[in-house]
Amino acid sequence: MTPKVHEALVEVVSNDAANADYRLLHLAAPDHILDCKPGQFFQILCPETGAERPFLRRPMSIYGWDRAQGRLSFLYKVSGAGTRALAGLRPGDRIDVLGPLGRGFTLAPDWRRLLVLARGVGLATLAPLAAEAQRRGLALTAICSARTPELALSLDRFRAHGAEVRLVTDSDGTSDPARVRALIEDEIAGPGVDAVFTCGSRRLTSLLQEIAARHGLPGQIAMEQQMACGLGMCQCCVRPFRRDGRIVHDRVCREGPVFPLAEAIPEAAA
Amino acid sequence: MTDLTTRIGSLTLANPIMPASGTFSAELGEVFDLSCLGALVTKTVTEARRGGNPTPRVCEIEGGMLNSIGIPSKGIDAFLRDQVPLWRDVGAPLVVSISADTAEDFARAAEKMTVPGVAAIEANISCPNIEADGHAFAMLPDTTFEAIARIRAATHLPLWAKLSPNTGVLREVARAAEAAGADALVTTNTALGLAIDVRTRRPKLGNVTGGISGPALKPLALRMTWQAASSVAIPVIGCGGIATRDDVLEFLIAGASAVQVGTATFRSPALMPRLIREIEEWCDAQGVARLADLVGSLAPADPAPHDLVPEPQS
Repeated sequence: MTPKVHEALVEVVSNDAANADYRLLHLAAPDHILDCKPGQFFQILCPETGAERPFLRRPMSIYGWDRAQGRLSFLYKVSGAGTRALAGLRPGDRIDVLGPLGRGFTLAPDWRRLLVLARGVGLATLAPLAAEAQRRGLALTAICSARTPELALSLDRFRAHGAEVRLVTDSDGTSDPARVRALIEDEIAGPGVDAVFTCGSRRLTSLLQEIAARHGLPGQIAMEQQMACGLGMCQCCVRPFRRDGRIVHDRVCREGPVFPLAEAIPEAAA
Repeated sequence: MTDLTTRIGSLTLANPIMPASGTFSAELGEVFDLSCLGALVTKTVTEARRGGNPTPRVCEIEGGMLNSIGIPSKGIDAFLRDQVPLWRDVGAPLVVSISADTAEDFARAAEKMTVPGVAAIEANISCPNIEADGHAFAMLPDTTFEAIARIRAATHLPLWAKLSPNTGVLREVARAAEAAGADALVTTNTALGLAIDVRTRRPKLGNVTGGISGPALKPLALRMTWQAASSVAIPVIGCGGIATRDDVLEFLIAGASAVQVGTATFRSPALMPRLIREIEEWCDAQGVARLADLVGSLAPADPAPHDLVPEPQS
């Protein structure tokens, strides 16, 4: 087996608030860790600060990478010891990252129109898919769900990569399942959809699973789970999936984090 | 150049660094070339297929983590078919960790594992998650003796007994394993612990309790290594919280002939090859000709002179 996963000490370029909940971390990264695919993740060794001493690495889905510029970026919500420690990073600081890890999204050669349905940090996970779709000349519609318009992430990223963005929010009542369902059905009935992708919400996962099954559409979901090693050794990050008529437990870090949508068990999903 | 080889009974290892069971699998070969390791130690295999424990299976603690993975296993037949051939090309000796619920099942598992390609068997007689209330064979001398003696009769392979910190009679357990025919002892498995989320008042682990590993475990594991090494004539392999060169040196000086690196690999996947290099450099710099010269080289304590200790007030 040839070594292909790398631990690298990389420099922080910027680490600023993206909105009230999220921060955007840009890193200057060496090329050998930038052979990434949309949906893959890195294990980040969060720094020890005066107040926080996170012990385990934190898995974080890749928000963007650029081999020409040598850039790697992550969008994260400050929610625990690890992300609080990350939030204190300043330009010029260095952090240790391990990756890229896991299996990302796959695109079949005959797909022409993709539909993305995401909420919360799922928007960050799915943003790189828009870049890949654009590179391959595929049409992509992104239905982005958020509590308020201000908290909707990545809309500019999606638009910059040619995606058609439909924002739905709790604050204006457009994010309820019935209305999101209508949006998706319109998309399928109108321009047409060859495959669907989701991340970040149990409710949206259930909804999309049901619609995809009814229309016979292939789908993929990026899952989250607490991890220790991130490489597949510790068996910590398993989740249940429905496959071939039975329940199987797969490692999110290894067999995932992207799984067939039809196999996901939404009540056990992120 | 220091001679880093170390003898564990009839087995000679190229160097004293190997992974701890449960923190290692073939996937680590994507990070570095595994052939540099002194030995390869598999995650514990049980005879029958087993699921694992409910999630969350790990949580952080100060200076380490708790785990309650629950030994998910595809069973011995799948292991022999899929895993043993996989390791043949790596070169380092393959040590297979086994566990079972009874001494008889342990013996049957050991017998099945006695195949070409397996260099030694590590009997996990200490995993705190399987036996009710954390009880395990390695808690007591007589259950240790029973399990190890049955395994000894079932295999000619070198046999390592992995001991538990959840015993109050470590020296007696160590001697029982030696008397029953173990070729080496591994000190130690995780210590049973608990962590609670004060906000929800729920245990942080799905299985309530779990094993403490990482730096938080190190002083306990080092004490056990020293006690075990001074209680038996067979080699002792240190394990518990090892993350730095000096950690390795401490265990060697305490009496370990080799060490296992576990949780530290989760933080730094390329740590083991780095430790091998650093130990070699240190030995060269210190003029240590053979690693074996370090083993058990603990000097006597140097307490403060009695006359400087304040007299108790009468």
